[in-house]
Parts: sequence; structure tokens; C-alpha cells
Amino acid sequence: MENQFFVDSEYLSPQALEKKHRLETDPLSRKNHMEYLPGMEIIESDICEQVISQMNSFDYSIYTARDVRAALDHASCSIEDFKALLSPAAEPFLEEMAQKARIETSKHFGNTVYLFTPLYIANYCENYCVYCGFNCYNHINRMKLNMEQIEHEMKVIADSGMEEILILTGESRAKSDVQYIGEACKLARKYFRMVGLEIYPVNTDEYKYLHECGADYVTVFQETYDADKYETLHLLGHKRVWPYRFDAQERALRGGMRGVAFSALLGLSDFRKDALASALHVYYLQRKYPHAEMSLSCPRLRPIINNDKINPLDVGEKQLCQILCAYRIFLPFVGITVSSRESAEFRNGIVKIAATKVSAGVSTGIGDHESKYTGKEDDTAKGDEQFEIDDDRSFETMYKDMAGEGLQPVLNDYVYV
Amino acid sequence: MNNDKLIIGGHEFHSRFILGSGKYSMKLIEAAIKDAGAEIITLAVRRANTKEHENILDYIPEGITLLPNTSGARNAEEAVRIARLARELGCGNFVKIEIMRDSKYLLPDNQETIRATEILAKEGFVVMPYMYPDLNAARDMVNAGAATIMPLASPIGSNKGLATKEFIQILIDEIDLPIIVDAGIGRPSQACEAMEMGAAAIMANTALATAGDLPLMASAFRQAIEAGRKAYLSGLGRVLTRGASASDPLTGFLHD
Repeated sequence: MENQFFVDSEYLSPQALEKKHRLETDPLSRKNHMEYLPGMEIIESDICEQVISQMNSFDYSIYTARDVRAALDHASCSIEDFKALLSPAAEPFLEEMAQKARIETSKHFGNTVYLFTPLYIANYCENYCVYCGFNCYNHINRMKLNMEQIEHEMKVIADSGMEEILILTGESRAKSDVQYIGEACKLARKYFRMVGLEIYPVNTDEYKYLHECGADYVTVFQETYDADKYETLHLLGHKRVWPYRFDAQERALRGGMRGVAFSALLGLSDFRKDALASALHVYYLQRKYPHAEMSLSCPRLRPIINNDKINPLDVGEKQLCQILCAYRIFLPFVGITVSSRESAEFRNGIVKIAATKVSAGVSTGIGDHESKYTGKEDDTAKGDEQFEIDDDRSFETMYKDMAGEGLQPVLNDYVYV
Repeated sequence: MNNDKLIIGGHEFHSRFILGSGKYSMKLIEAAIKDAGAEIITLAVRRANTKEHENILDYIPEGITLLPNTSGARNAEEAVRIARLARELGCGNFVKIEIMRDSKYLLPDNQETIRATEILAKEGFVVMPYMYPDLNAARDMVNAGAATIMPLASPIGSNKGLATKEFIQILIDEIDLPIIVDAGIGRPSQACEAMEMGAAAIMANTALATAGDLPLMASAFRQAIEAGRKAYLSGLGRVLTRGASASDPLTGFLHD
């Protein structure tokens, strides 16, 4: 079974519908996804080549129980070992992998778990990514917060006790330009100790500017490392340019950001290959930029407004757990974030094995923190959500639950220098 | 033994166990003070950089010396800025310099650490540099005004023990400041061994933080460190490296 992503909105004009259908059905109507658009910076880097050649040659069917056993017995995990741990042959070893992952996590992170919350400040988007609630053909309430509204949202979140924030936008340079995001970062520095960004990829000088505004961490999800598959899912807009997105983290580091985060969106393509590529993206960049702080996420596809059937296909919780254990064993030092896309039960379990960071008090909508946090009804406009979340625990509940699991919740471990 | 004091930058301590900062929890701090007898608690400034919810500073009892560290610094300038911030936060004059340019192994950068030591010592800090055990670097740190030298035993958090034993011994033999073994000490026996070698104190965190019974492990460390110290002070007896010694003297043939 494949996901049925295409949904026609009755609100689209005949011309828009026609263009949408052409993009969906005629590959020749789409721009070359490997070609940079004007203004996109090209950097010299061999990281992509290394990652993709490893991914392309990865045949996970050749690994056997013996390879998995050897991988688990080795003191340090090689790329070959990691491949074995990602293979179907490792599935029966899940408990053992979890045990090993837990030891590695505790060596590097003790019993701590970091808490953060995302803040969406705009949901305008110029791209047609068929699985995303923000895509430009999806009929949703659009909104962009002004600085006053952003500050209000930040106050509400900061009052809950949260100290780390991740600022997000839809991918629209026109509606949410770099200056606008920079101003939001400056405000965030007033209310939070640590500011991260998950926005459209930008050039090195723009990352430098955003760093100077107070952001120090940049998250960019590659969605899928399979460029051909990517082409069939990202039909229109800047985001369609696959290689520019791939080099985003490297540009961010060159721009002076302290840390960068990576992920594929699991369920879009072959998840084992995507998991391998995500981790190798971290691995090779870390060797090139050893000072950088790296982290991995592991989002799975979720339902969106107007398409509640979207699901992560063959990536069940067991597969997700296998991937996360393999990540931890291969890259013991990286942060691993598990978002509210996953259930409370899964998150309670995985923080004891491999994850080091969870979100709480999450809204993927725009301008709705006060009503969500306090229950206070108001009639101001709201922007719709990017996807449905599963775990809707508040900051306070999450804090208590994590402490109840025997973990030490950490609100901040960072200083801007 | 009562007169056996650890002196750092003119300050006297009886305990030779220092709690490191990597993985902290309130329970860990309590066990370190109560059961391990710690008088010095390391505090990552970046961790103390928090609002009221869970500020570690509120949990440090009076009479305990705070040792803020500069973790998160990637060069001397950043370390200096973090140290000054620590002073502003009211953490006193002690500072442990940690400068890492490697997020994988968290190995300290000796060169940058020497530079930061010099700047901060001039500003009146009691500087305790965390370093890779290299004699030349240690000498430079002494000349730069360090109050102690803190070589790593093995990679931070690894619990692998005295992987750098030979080099730490060289520092103990050659450097006149207290040598405090930091990072990698995984068990009380390893702490004991370092103390027998003549280390002035032990800093540990992960070994306690990840123990099943925290208070019990904390007290085990205390005893091991005390035992090692006593053994060092008593002068270790003859240790044979291999086989038995000849009962007839090898030099018995010499007549004049």
C-alpha cells in the first residue's frame, strides 16, 4: 500500500487545479530538482557524495544474524556494523540492541532528558510537498504572526517554565523573510535560554545573520535522501531543489551555528536507506566539523488537515525503535529528539533507551498557545496545523512524567557565547 | 591524616573527592556531599544558566565550594567569557577550564586551555585546567598561573579508568601543583589506584550518576580515595613485577 497524497480542494481555481494536476501527473512539467535556483549558494563539499554512495550500495538483505551478533559484540560500531543493525536481520535482536543503546546513552548523557517546545510563527508556504499540511494547494487557515503576537506567544510559553524554543515557519521566503525570522530570534533571546530554528534552508551569510540574532541551532529535515523519490514528492517551489537542502547544515555551521539537526521523514521512501543516510550525513559532517553539536530526529509521517489517511506505512514502532537503537550505538554522542508525533507511551519508553530530547506543550498551529495552555477562549485568528500530533502532554505533565520515569529533566544546558 | 589537606589556590580542603558536572541530578549532589564527602562541586555554567524552575545553585548547601566549569567553550575567548559569567552569577573565583573542539570524544584542547589559563589567572581566578596529560602543556599551564592540573584518565564518561596512567604519573612526578585526575574514572578501585600513584584528588561524575545505588557508590568512592591516599602517604611497599627475586645477591661476586 502506498499513501494517497493527492487531494483536490474545492477552493482552488480551475487554473490552479489544472497546474496542480499537471505537476502531479507529468514529470516533465516539473523543474529539475537537482538544479540550483538563482540566489542559492553552492558550496564545495564532498559530504553528499560520500553519503549517497554509501546509501546506494546498501543492500540490507545480505546481512545475517551473525553480522548483527558481531556488530553488537564490537566495542565501537563501524559503518558496516551500523548497516547490519539497520537490516531486517537485526529485528530479532531488538531487546539486545536496546540494552546496548541504553548503556551508550547513559555513558554520554547520564539519566538526563532535555525538554523543548516548537513555536510556529507562520504557516505560509510556496512549495507543493504532497504529504505536508502546509503545502500551497492545501486549503488551511494561513497566518503569519507579527512581532507583538510572537512576543505574546513567547510569554505564554516562557511562563509555563520552558527555556528552550525551536522557531518554525512554513517555507516561504516571500512571507517570512530572513529579517522577520531574525527579529523573532532577537525576541526569543529575551524569553528563552536557547533558540533553535527550523526554517527553509538559507545561504551561509543568512545563517550568520540569524546566529547574530541569537539562534545557535539549525534543524533541516532532508525528508528523503533518495533524490529520485524526493522529486516525486516535492513537486513545486524552492524546496524541490534537493542538493541545496542537503548542504544546509554545512552552510549553517560555516555561518557560525553551534549545532545542527538532521532527519529523514520516515515513511516517504525506503526507511532503512534513509536511516543510513541520515546517520552518515551526521557522521561525515562531524568528521569535517568536529566541534559541531549534532542531533538526529526520527519523524514518521502523520495525518494532515484534509488527508487523515496519511500514515508511516512499513515503519512501525518496532522499526522506529530499531532505527533509534542503531543510531545510538553508531553515534553514541549525538542528541536524539523524539517529537510529539509519537505516542506518550512510546516516548516514555524510548527516553530510557536512546532519546535525549522530547518536546512538550506542543502546538503545530499558529498563534494558539494561550488557548491551548490556559484553555482561555478567544476569537483572534489562528493558523492551522502542519500535522496532527499524538502526544499532547503539557510542559508540566511532561516534566513530572519524565521525573517519574527516573530521569532528570533538563531545561537548559547551553550558554550563548 | 587529620593534617593531610588538599590546598588549591590557598584554599584548604579535607576531602579529596570532587564531583564532576556531566550528569547532574539533585540526588547525585546529595549523595556526593553526604556519602562521598565532597567539599567541591563542579557546576557547568551553561547548566546554571537557567531560570527559577530547577536552578542547581539553589541546591548547593553552604560550606560547599562551587567549581564552575566552562563546558561549551570551543576556544580560549569563549572560556574566558563563560568564566566571567560564572563570576557574575555569584559562583566565586574558582574556575575549571574546559575547552573542547570535538563533540564526539570531548577531548580538551591543551593549547587553547593554556591561553585561557593565562588570561583568567591574571583576572584573579583560581584556575583549574582540564587537560590531556602532556608534560609540556602542563608546564605551560603552571607558568600561566594554574592552581592545579587536571589530566584526564580516559575519555569523559567512558568509565574506562586510567588509560593514561603512565602520563599522569609523569605529571605527578614533575609538576609541583596538585594533580587532580579527572574524567574516565569508572570504579572506586581506579580512583584508589590513582590516589596510590600520588594524585591529589579525584573528580568523577558518571561513575556515580549511573550507579544502581547512588549513596552506596558515593561512599565506596570515599573509602577508595581515602585508602589510596593512605597507601600513598605510607609509602607503598616493594612490588615485584615478575617472578621471584634471587635469594643470593647478584652482586655477591664483588670483593672490594
